[in-house]
Amino acid sequence: MRADRLGALLSAAGTTALLSLPFVIFKANRIVPGTPHSLGDVLPAWGAIGCYALLLAVSIVALYVTNPRLRLFAALAGVVVVALAVAAAGNALTPAGNKVVRVAPGAGWWIASVCLGLLATDAITRLRPGPALRVLLLAAALGVALLALAHGTFDHLSIMREYAVNAVRFAHEGARHVALAAGSLGAALVAGLPLGILCYRVPRLRAAVLGTLNLIQTIPGIALFGMLMAPLGALAAAVPLAAQLGIRGIGAAPAVVALFLYSLLPIVANTVAGLKRVPRATVDAAQGMGMTDSQVLTRIELPLALPVIITGVRIVLVQNIGMVTVAALIGGGGLGTFVFQGIGQTAIDLVLLGAIPIVVLAFSAAVVLDALAEVMARAPA
Amino acid sequence: MITIENLTKRYGTTTVVDGVSMHIPRNSLTVIVGTSGSGKSTLLRMVNRLVEPTSGRVLLDGNDTRAEPAHLLRRRIGYAIQGHGLFPHHTVAENIATVPRLMGWDAARIGARVTELLKAFALDPATFAGQFPHQLSGGQQQRVGVARALAAEPQLLLMDEPFGALDPIIRAKAQDDLLDIRRRFGTTIVLVTHDMDEAFRLGDHVAVMSGGRMLQYGPPAELLTRPADPLVSRMTGLADRAMRLLSLSTAGEAALPGTVDGPAVAASASLRDVLSELVWRGVDAACVTDADGTARGHLTVAAILAHGRP
Ligand SMILES: Nc1ncnc2c1ncn2[C@@H]1O[C@H](COP(=O)(O)OP(=O)(O)O)[C@@H](O)[C@H]1O
Ligand SMILES: [Mg+2]
Repeated sequence: MRADRLGALLSAAGTTALLSLPFVIFKANRIVPGTPHSLGDVLPAWGAIGCYALLLAVSIVALYVTNPRLRLFAALAGVVVVALAVAAAGNALTPAGNKVVRVAPGAGWWIASVCLGLLATDAITRLRPGPALRVLLLAAALGVALLALAHGTFDHLSIMREYAVNAVRFAHEGARHVALAAGSLGAALVAGLPLGILCYRVPRLRAAVLGTLNLIQTIPGIALFGMLMAPLGALAAAVPLAAQLGIRGIGAAPAVVALFLYSLLPIVANTVAGLKRVPRATVDAAQGMGMTDSQVLTRIELPLALPVIITGVRIVLVQNIGMVTVAALIGGGGLGTFVFQGIGQTAIDLVLLGAIPIVVLAFSAAVVLDALAEVMARAPA
Repeated sequence: MITIENLTKRYGTTTVVDGVSMHIPRNSLTVIVGTSGSGKSTLLRMVNRLVEPTSGRVLLDGNDTRAEPAHLLRRRIGYAIQGHGLFPHHTVAENIATVPRLMGWDAARIGARVTELLKAFALDPATFAGQFPHQLSGGQQQRVGVARALAAEPQLLLMDEPFGALDPIIRAKAQDDLLDIRRRFGTTIVLVTHDMDEAFRLGDHVAVMSGGRMLQYGPPAELLTRPADPLVSRMTGLADRAMRLLSLSTAGEAALPGTVDGPAVAASASLRDVLSELVWRGVDAACVTDADGTARGHLTVAAILAHGRP
């Protein structure tokens, strides 16, 4: 029997991490350095042995079972086991009623979790699920995670402690994060679609526009934010109405403008690429049958270009969700606020409170829009 | 039905169509034939104004085609092209319904027309109406393309290399179907091809184009017997011009009175086919009979050969 290569790698990495690196870190309070604990230290003997036995079983499946359903089931079981184990460790190490101590997942837990996550992703890839099933799987995973969080399963872990302190701000900054990312995408669509159509129709314009947008893409995010602060600040000072509308040198305005500028290239370029892909004969037939130019555009060209345009939207949305993080530096708000605040206070839990939802948001956007693009492309070409 | 007056198209300094004039009668099947790049498509596309002429004009039933907006003109004219140009994201039924929808027919009338056309093109409506173009074979796609062009009952159908993408057997079938459809719907057809055999097979009028100019326009036999230009005889083919000429007349048209001892041939068979049959059997006369078997007359090899020269 040949061992599965990826399974071997992930099993080895996960096992080594669990056995040699701390499972959790215990801190008497938020600031002091912590003490590492292994799984065996914090769980009762039967619990630790049960965990190890189950994870061993997952490793065996990862090594020797080829059926992707079974592999997925094993990986998910492993994820649940390590999640419950870390929650149990949190409960065990926290004295009743104590809100000061911090129990954070350790390096061993993180690496084991990543290994199990990769194992699950690999199994899903091997299953080749259709777009609908992929979205459904994502929804199920998010649903289970949210239920567990709402139920309080992880309340004694340090990240949830940070959440409890920042709950109101978290909701506010989370909503702002999504609004900034989606808003700049919306603006980019409103401007980029017509610009893309124009570039397609007027080839001479194409090189100039795409070249300019390409140039903008090469400016580092933080530099672009900085470059926009001066002109927007001047605008606000000179035009009172602009200031009343919330346009200032710092805050949301430069963030949205910068994200909008970054978003234009994928939208315009993909609109042009999508329209180019429409067969010449199809457009010729549409015109020859008596469609007006706008009918050809809305009934034939745009629907056929849509899968490629959606791919552009996916790039933009995932890119924006990541880039909004940096907007926090110029007062734009969003989940990046927690990240930079955490860095400032060397409070890694606060950094994670911002970073984990950003990763989850970006990943979810990618899964959903990939599925959408696939459904669109399937409408035959 | 169509009068083309001194039509010219220039792109920059190159003249693509050069002062073409012709009259295409109602109910004719006119084939425009010529080598690739000779300006056939451009000429055809100036009829429905997909290309606007540099000079000259096109009259449709006596009216200048520029009198109405181009898209309204095109809805009255059927248009079928090589590689069919079906809309990949629309079903077969939606494709066929394109022009009726643009013209605002009500749903019941559109549905009935789609069903009628699918049946006319031997495509079972229950099977094909809901399918997408990529699910069909090349021949089926081509038939849907022609059905779509005929959907709004146009008086005139323009076809640009409609069979160009088909393999020879399906192509021959599609050509037969076109002759059938034409009898059935009485549509005037203008068809562009680079294939001289196709031109002779389909056209009752053939226009030969070269370098943007129309070298000759007339019945196919005239192209062979009275070529207006050496290039025309080169293009129609010198080696088999006699055979081509024979293929243009039927046994019924050429039959001599009286009957003879010999094999029976159908009145609808071409002289070329009758000659081939006689050569094959090693006899020199045949009886010509109608579809119902009654004798119509006879043909001899000598009589047939006389039809093979001007
Ligand atoms: N839009 C255009 N711009 C420039 N040249 C063109 C255009 N359309 C056609 N031509 C040129 O005109 C000539 C005739 O084209 P076309 O009418 O398509 O020929 P055919 O259908 O006989 O093959 C070709 O040499 C082609 O390159
Ligand atoms: Mg052509």
